[in-house]
Amino acid sequence: MSETVVLKIRRGGPGETPRTETHAVPFEPGQSVLDALRWVRVHTDPSLAIRYSCINANACKECMMQVDGKTVYACLARLEAREMRIEPLPNKALIRDLVTEIAPTDERLGSG
Amino acid sequence: MLGNRGARARATDSGPASGMHLTTDVLIIGAGGAGMYAAIEAARRGATVLLIDRSLIGRSGGTVMAQMTVAVAVGEEAPDHWEHHLADTLAAGRGLCDPDLAQLLCEDGVECIREMDTWGVGWARANGHLSQVMAPGHDRPRCVYVDFLNTGPAVSRTLRTQVIRTPGIRRVGDLVVTDLVVKDSICTGAQAIHNATGAAVSITARATIIATGGLTRLYRRNSASANMGGDGYALALRAGAELIDMEFVQFFPIGHLAPRMIGMDPIMWDPFRYKLGGRLLNGAMEEFTHRYGATEGGKYVLTRDLATYAIIKEAAAGRGSPHGGAYLSFQHLSREVLKEAFGPVIDRIAKNGIDLTQQPIEVAPIAHYHMGGIQVDRAMRTSVEGLFAAGEAVGGANGANRLSGNAITEALAFGRVAGRSAAARVQATANASFNGAMPNRPSPGRAMRFNPAETLAQLQDVMQDDVGPFRTKAGLERALVAIRSMRAEVGDTMPQFAAGHDASRLDWLDLRSMLQVAETVAHAALLRTESRGAHQREDFPGMDDAWRINQTIRLDSADIAIARRPSLHQPAKP
Repeated sequence: MSETVVLKIRRGGPGETPRTETHAVPFEPGQSVLDALRWVRVHTDPSLAIRYSCINANACKECMMQVDGKTVYACLARLEAREMRIEPLPNKALIRDLVTEIAPTDERLGSG
Repeated sequence: MLGNRGARARATDSGPASGMHLTTDVLIIGAGGAGMYAAIEAARRGATVLLIDRSLIGRSGGTVMAQMTVAVAVGEEAPDHWEHHLADTLAAGRGLCDPDLAQLLCEDGVECIREMDTWGVGWARANGHLSQVMAPGHDRPRCVYVDFLNTGPAVSRTLRTQVIRTPGIRRVGDLVVTDLVVKDSICTGAQAIHNATGAAVSITARATIIATGGLTRLYRRNSASANMGGDGYALALRAGAELIDMEFVQFFPIGHLAPRMIGMDPIMWDPFRYKLGGRLLNGAMEEFTHRYGATEGGKYVLTRDLATYAIIKEAAAGRGSPHGGAYLSFQHLSREVLKEAFGPVIDRIAKNGIDLTQQPIEVAPIAHYHMGGIQVDRAMRTSVEGLFAAGEAVGGANGANRLSGNAITEALAFGRVAGRSAAARVQATANASFNGAMPNRPSPGRAMRFNPAETLAQLQDVMQDDVGPFRTKAGLERALVAIRSMRAEVGDTMPQFAAGHDASRLDWLDLRSMLQVAETVAHAALLRTESRGAHQREDFPGMDDAWRINQTIRLDSADIAIARRPSLHQPAKP
């Protein structure tokens, strides 16, 4: 029997009451948390909002979020066959689900 | 503060869900290496610039991910001239390069690399000069670099700093362009969606530059960022511009396959394989490349196309590694030799639980770069007035195969030329009346009834399996059927999405572009009945002189129309 990761993902948009969803994801050793979130989007819920660009290369630094209360890059956070708590950055404005406003202030629409 | 004084933003309504309008001289779509260089060049020539990206500024695209080296004839390691670099580039392109564009890459690349040096990029130096190393296909040491696996990030960071320092450039991230606006055959700007809020944004510009990179995300196994789905090609096509050489997708033979490794670019093994003689082995841990005509003999000089062929064929014969590729082994080397050669990288590999003295890793071909793209002239002008392109989005400079090290050079050189041309157009049309009014947005359609992330993954499977490095008539026809059926499912009218950020909306927009572009690749590959460079047909092996032809593609109403023209690179008359 293959192992499973249980992701407890906090979801919701600005002004909404946040909810926690549970997603079971097949575990493959060596995977990242981002791999699991991308698996969820393809296999169960495409509406899950995550921000990433380089996927795996530790280059774009866009996939910042909290895993078990610790701020990490999801592409570098190793997936483990247990329950993992995934939340957006607490100190940035929430855009939706795991996406927060991390762009410099003067690179946002409406800053001009 | 400096920067962000460029484009004048004028909100037509304060509500976040309603429309917003931006006006600028030059609109640049994509803030990778090409887009950022174009922004700097256009702004210092007096134009106001709006530099936008669907992601964050300077973080997405190919440049930031480039780990290797940058080819440029600065002649510091050994005497060199851009003409020698050009000769190598044309040879690699197998007779299909546009010599003017290739020359621009090689000649202007020198000035761009020098300018990057003055901006403090930190090119590696030894004995008082720039260090340059050999790379396959170059006739002398020509490739500058910053640090092992860190060249792209340094280039990106340097350009971003320079963009911020240059007055007249406004930067806006999270803005996804959905279509260009063309009026009276002139491109007058773009329609976009602000990803965070879902707000519609229209942009009026006297000149627009597409700098969105390539299309390698079309493939299941790729070394691309999530943004390289060919959206710039689709924008150009729908605006009436022409694409060229779309069938030429470069595969990198030994992309990392397994065990799963995080924090490393999948193309990282190449320099180590060449440097150390990493051994390619099949699933039974036997040497196998000799079965496909290679005579490595301990020298490991196998060319990329042959290595790709051997790995795919061995796996297809049931002799692949467990994940369907080949093993790459460094086990014949001592821990000391590995530590010396890999430097700090060995620690990152160890953190992934991999001990190269004890185990091989698995590799397989991976989509890496696209030689084809938007057809432009020497000034980076497309066939649509007011529309320019730069970087990997441009087709033609590299012909049927790109020389190692030319991608960043191309991004910088073409970006600079495009910025200059766009600024010149702004000046030339300063007194002309300009109809920048935007059409009304079509109303959105019905709710989406499929999972776009899943469909996107299916498209990647189709492209990988049937439009990959080795192609057949049957496979390409199968792919075209699948692509057209997916296009019918996805549709061309944007479905209804929730207000505000909706991850499915971006997937749907990506799918629309990716399917359109996938069809151009598969169709052009089907028509080219020969094997040349990165396009290999199993049913038409070998290069055919009669195919010294470039295929160009445009939209004819909703259908793609493919034309042929003799290559501009013809052998010199005796």
